[in-house]
Amino acid sequence: MKKRLQWFLWAALAVLLIGGGSGMAMAENGEVRGLRGQVPLNGADQAAEPSRWMPDSHGLPRNFLQQPPLVPHQIDNYKIDMRQNKCLTCHSWSKARENRATKISLTHFRNRFGTELSDVSPQRYFCTQCHVPQKDAKPLVDNTFKPVDAM
Amino acid sequence: MSAESLLGSRWKILAGFFMLGILFWGGFHWALAATNTETFCISCHEMKENVYKEYRETVHYYNPSGVRATCPDCHVPKQWQHMIVRKIQASNELWHKFRGTIDTPEKFEGKRLELARNVWYTMKTTDSRECRNCHDYKSMDFTRQGLRANDFHERGFSKGKTCIDCHKGIAHALPKGMTAADDTSN
Ligand code: HEC
Ligand code: HEC
Ligand code: HEC
Ligand code: HEC
Ligand code: HEC
Ligand code: HEC
Repeated sequence: MKKRLQWFLWAALAVLLIGGGSGMAMAENGEVRGLRGQVPLNGADQAAEPSRWMPDSHGLPRNFLQQPPLVPHQIDNYKIDMRQNKCLTCHSWSKARENRATKISLTHFRNRFGTELSDVSPQRYFCTQCHVPQKDAKPLVDNTFKPVDAM
Repeated sequence: MSAESLLGSRWKILAGFFMLGILFWGGFHWALAATNTETFCISCHEMKENVYKEYRETVHYYNPSGVRATCPDCHVPKQWQHMIVRKIQASNELWHKFRGTIDTPEKFEGKRLELARNVWYTMKTTDSRECRNCHDYKSMDFTRQGLRANDFHERGFSKGKTCIDCHKGIAHALPKGMTAADDTSN
């Protein structure tokens, strides 16, 4: 019994030393680098500047042909659930013209097997899965993305 | 009794009535005011568990200007004569509370469409009076609204639409089972 306890204590000490030591080493030579720079994990950081949704506009440019168009207006508090789909109150085929909104595309009536349906396909029901509004936020990581030439 | 003292006591009686009147009026007013607070509304769990929770996630609870619209702001008229009528109707809620018509989430869901339609009907007939207590379209600077707000408001008001035609669900989740006839926006 005593021996087992001793073993346990040694093991615990070893884990502490190895774990604690390597953690300290990493923080020191900067192997772990968070997006907020050299700030200890539990340290306080300057709060990011709050960003706002872009004001309403008439459609935003697309970057590639198959891209779901970005949402050019605010959608705060628009609910999409079993009972209601706020987007469709303006974008459905029956409502779009009157509301001067873009009709949802024909592709939205096709299910994954290519069958044409009479109403929006369940796989297209949750609009914000694909269509997102924009903020004027700088990318956290630089990238070299370019729109395709065809656009 | 001399004529003079009779006159005097009459005055006293009158004054007494006057004082009582003030007291009653004060008490009445106090009762009206006390029942015109959010705390009162949500003292019933029927109000607190469903509609209040949803309202707390909307713009009328929390917004950039820090002005809050509470339950009575939207549901109880400000103008005296309309308020009294609403208060009398509201005593109906007490009766339903007593009967437990919506005392479980299931019963509430079951009755929600009916309740919502009542509210829509009232707002439609008053040209959304309670909304207009705070928002007046005559004071709206359309050019500073979003593109869609601007466009919809100009067209909507010229067609004689009222706020509730387009802003259903502004403070709570919409009920299940709405039909095309419930959408009065165009
Ligand atoms: C009150 C009506 C209304 C509602 C509700 C609404 N939209 Fe729109 N939406 C519009 C209008 C109007 C436009 C066209 C803007 C323009 O080009 O002037 C538009 C444009 C768009 C576009 C751009 C289409 C394109 O070809 O570039 C997308 C995408 C879109 N909306 C998605 C959504 C989604 C997703 C929702 C729900 C979360 C939603 N909308 C809710 C009115 C609405
Ligand atoms: C699985 C992703 C996906 C979902 C979910 C989805 N869309 Fe789309 N949407 C697209 C793509 C991709 C396009 C562009 C290509 C196309 O027309 O299919 C598009 C195009 C559109 C357009 C522009 C049509 C045009 O003629 O330019 C509108 C408007 C739109 N979607 C609205 C909606 C609405 C409203 C919903 C929710 C009911 C929705 N979408 C759900 C992917 C999606
Ligand atoms: C005594 C508990 C109680 C209190 C306090 C209470 N309610 Fe209700 N309320 C109910 C019940 C029960 C119903 C459902 C009535 C029914 O079944 O027809 C209801 C229904 C409603 C409805 C739907 C009305 C309709 O026309 O069908 C609204 C709106 C409402 N309450 C708002 C309020 C507001 C605002 C307050 C505070 C001023 C408030 N309630 C305080 C119990 C209460
Ligand atoms: C007590 C005053 C008050 C009443 C009553 C009131 N509102 Fe508001 N409403 C506000 C305030 C304050 C804001 C937030 C302004 C801001 O953005 O800071 C607001 C915002 C709004 C918005 C903008 C939503 C958004 O997302 O920006 C709409 C739409 C709206 N109200 C509709 C209504 C309707 C419809 C009614 C009647 C059912 C109503 N209001 C009743 C005070 C009120
Ligand atoms: C014809 C439909 C329609 C009518 C009628 C209508 N609205 Fe709106 N309203 C909209 C649309 C669409 C928007 C913009 C989209 C959104 O906020 O969801 C909007 C936006 C708003 C906003 C936010 C403005 C902004 O730019 O952020 C307020 C506040 C508002 N409405 C209040 C009212 C009030 C108060 C009334 C009644 C006097 C009213 N609305 C009547 C359709 C309507
Ligand atoms: C900005 C205005 C506004 C505020 C604030 C507001 N309501 Fe409502 N309420 C409405 C409208 C509009 C409806 C009609 C249904 C709908 O459109 O969602 C409604 C409907 C209701 C209903 C009927 C059931 C339903 O969901 O349709 C009850 C009960 C109710 N409100 C109680 C309350 C209580 C309690 C509060 C305070 C916690 C409150 N409301 C705050 C506007 C408001």
